[in-house]
Amino acid sequence: MSLAVAVSDVNEDSFVPASEAGPAPKRIVVAFGFWVFLLSDIVMFSVLFAAYAVLVRATAGGPSGVQLFNQVNVAVQTACLLISSYTCGMMSLAVSARQRFNTYIFALVTFVLGAAFLYLEVHEFASMIARGAAPQRSAFLSAFFTVVGCHGLHVTAGLIWLAVMMAQVAFKGFRPSVDRRLLCFALFWHALDIIWVWLFTAVYLMGIRL
Amino acid sequence: MTDAPYDRAPGEISTTAEAQRLTLSDFGIYTVGLVLAVILTATSFWVANTSLLWAPGVAMGLVVLAIAQMGVHLVFFLHITTGPDNTNNVLALAFGLLIVFLVVVGSLWIMTNLNDNMMPMSELMNLQMQH
Repeated sequence: MSLAVAVSDVNEDSFVPASEAGPAPKRIVVAFGFWVFLLSDIVMFSVLFAAYAVLVRATAGGPSGVQLFNQVNVAVQTACLLISSYTCGMMSLAVSARQRFNTYIFALVTFVLGAAFLYLEVHEFASMIARGAAPQRSAFLSAFFTVVGCHGLHVTAGLIWLAVMMAQVAFKGFRPSVDRRLLCFALFWHALDIIWVWLFTAVYLMGIRL
Repeated sequence: MTDAPYDRAPGEISTTAEAQRLTLSDFGIYTVGLVLAVILTATSFWVANTSLLWAPGVAMGLVVLAIAQMGVHLVFFLHITTGPDNTNNVLALAFGLLIVFLVVVGSLWIMTNLNDNMMPMSELMNLQMQH
């Protein structure tokens, strides 16, 4: 038994280290790149959260969170986003199983729940501004509208992205490039839910205890 | 098993035979995550509204619940695990969390010190009014 044969036997049977496996498939590289983008987005949110936490008592004689926040509204928003995260997961499973109809159904449910979340947020903002609690009223309100509004903009972008992806599934089918984009969308949507967990905790629930 | 030499993409459920044997079905993973997240969210809302708990500890309790829920989302929805095919994703996450921790805790620490060493807010406001 020559040495060359022995080496090839070892390579076939045992685990190949990542450093010797060659370049990773595009799917893994793309998803990892998007994961790094999401983490940098989370770092950006952490700056907005830090600004909010520093300015939360700077109400300048204006209304504070206790007078402004409506917990029922926040609870319904939380439920919408959490369930839409779940249906987004169901959509990912339908995509991997190549079930076109289920993909559309779960994408539709995800879209409707995300839109309901946005409606409630816009409604909340409008009622606050109508009561004189606009962003220019105090540093607290500036920070509040920035951090919550930035999350709302992300949700809006996610909804547009979801609609575009469904059009791509309809016209291009489940080709590899569409698959990768759907994977990135699912990552984005779940990450938005993590941001919302910190929003309802640090802004709304702590706001009513101040 | 052909994917074994490579790392796993974040957000992708492990497809190795070993992982399939050890874990729930894909549907089960998302469902368990949803149930845990609902329980933690409901607990957060209860903690914020109850008068049963020691009031100064409520904020810390809410932070702990939020960290737990973040963990649930990462494991059950984003499928970030401690498996060997996930090392790159976990390392990137760890670095992100380090920066988040430095930014938030550092800002709060410095600004609390500044506020303690400044004159009371009412006097400062009066000063600004005179301009």
